[in-house]
Amino acid sequence: MDWNRLLGLDPYGLDRQAKRDLFTQRMGELTAFHRAHCQPYGKLLDALGQGDALSSAPEETPMVPVSLFKEMTLRSVPEEEVFKTITSSGTTGQKVSRIDLDAATAANQQRVLSHIVSHFIGPKRIPFLVIDSPEVLRNRAMFSARGAGILGFSMFGSKTCYALNKDMELDVEGVLAFQEQYGNGPVLLFGFTYMIWQHFIRALEERGLQLSLSQGVLIHGGGWKKLQNQAVDRDTFRARVQKATGVKTVSDYYGMAEQTGCIYMECPMGHLHASIWSDVIVRRPEDYGVCQVGEPGVLEVLSLLPESYPGHAILTEDMGVLLGEDDCPCGRLGKYFAITGRVPKAEVRGCSDTYGG
Amino acid sequence: MTNLEQYDKLFLTSFPVKRSDLPTLKYRGIKQWDSVGHMDLMSAMEEVFGINLSTLDVLDFSSYEKGKEILAKYGVEI
Repeated sequence: MDWNRLLGLDPYGLDRQAKRDLFTQRMGELTAFHRAHCQPYGKLLDALGQGDALSSAPEETPMVPVSLFKEMTLRSVPEEEVFKTITSSGTTGQKVSRIDLDAATAANQQRVLSHIVSHFIGPKRIPFLVIDSPEVLRNRAMFSARGAGILGFSMFGSKTCYALNKDMELDVEGVLAFQEQYGNGPVLLFGFTYMIWQHFIRALEERGLQLSLSQGVLIHGGGWKKLQNQAVDRDTFRARVQKATGVKTVSDYYGMAEQTGCIYMECPMGHLHASIWSDVIVRRPEDYGVCQVGEPGVLEVLSLLPESYPGHAILTEDMGVLLGEDDCPCGRLGKYFAITGRVPKAEVRGCSDTYGG
Repeated sequence: MTNLEQYDKLFLTSFPVKRSDLPTLKYRGIKQWDSVGHMDLMSAMEEVFGINLSTLDVLDFSSYEKGKEILAKYGVEI
């Protein structure tokens, strides 16, 4: 894989055929590599009856159910080459995924993230307000997905300020000082959707505070489940964020610890976009056949990046719907889609899915 | 202080290394120069030399020697 060439391309600049050619080659390459270097993965393919003559069409790539990363360590490099382990942020009592990264995979993740986000906020680093507590980064050896997200985004920040204290309470003085110093220029606000709502927006509202970060961009991710329980939808969230902070651009993203780096950013039309480094396939829950545009199903994610673990084709536990390909009115090429919810627990039967959540 | 002295001092105060370690010092070569240590080092570079590094240059700043090339792009000759 010629990463220097691939990273020089526009993140949303490949049309359907060009992207298909790229993924056809790379998916086959990665499947063969992981089969040779990760024994449990090789056994899984054997058990599934996948011979050596694997079809490498992207949608034929064997999928690993995301729950498998919670059950076992899947690694394709010697243990001594692992320098960072990312864990997913499971709620208490739930098992978490463990993803082992080697230097090359981690570096490519960062470079890809940098290209995707720079496409939205520009190449310059700008003052960075993290809507979280500095405590999240405390344990440097064992990053949570929250910590990894914050750290991943901190490369876009020139000056970093945390909006919450160690008890997850709004640091009013810190936030006002940030506004005082940088509020007249471009700033980046980043955090997890629920944290932003619960600990930042509502805390500002309760105090009757309105910030005026008019050149700010707020990027948020981590899912809507907890907010749906509070009946907060996308439009309400966006409107209240804009009112409380003065920020004009609010962009959601979809991503997961198992494929860190290649996130799916929301465009101004409200659509999540696949970059050239990753892709989505929506599948019917009953037979995993590929869905048509507009037909909801289970989301599979493909990534060109994972070399240290067999995570290049993962069946997620998220439901989504493909909205189109190469024809979003925002002008970006590639697939665009929406997340519609989580797969009901009973429907996910990974071969070792034993937790009851 | 010359630019080189200031540059060296940033590494010597950020990480537990000796001057003789500097020419071979690389990102992730020591435990303290991890991604958190890196962002702190980059902030310190920007402050001391009065520059704003781009995101890609922050990612490319992979060693003591490589850093000199990157700073030169911002008019800081080490």
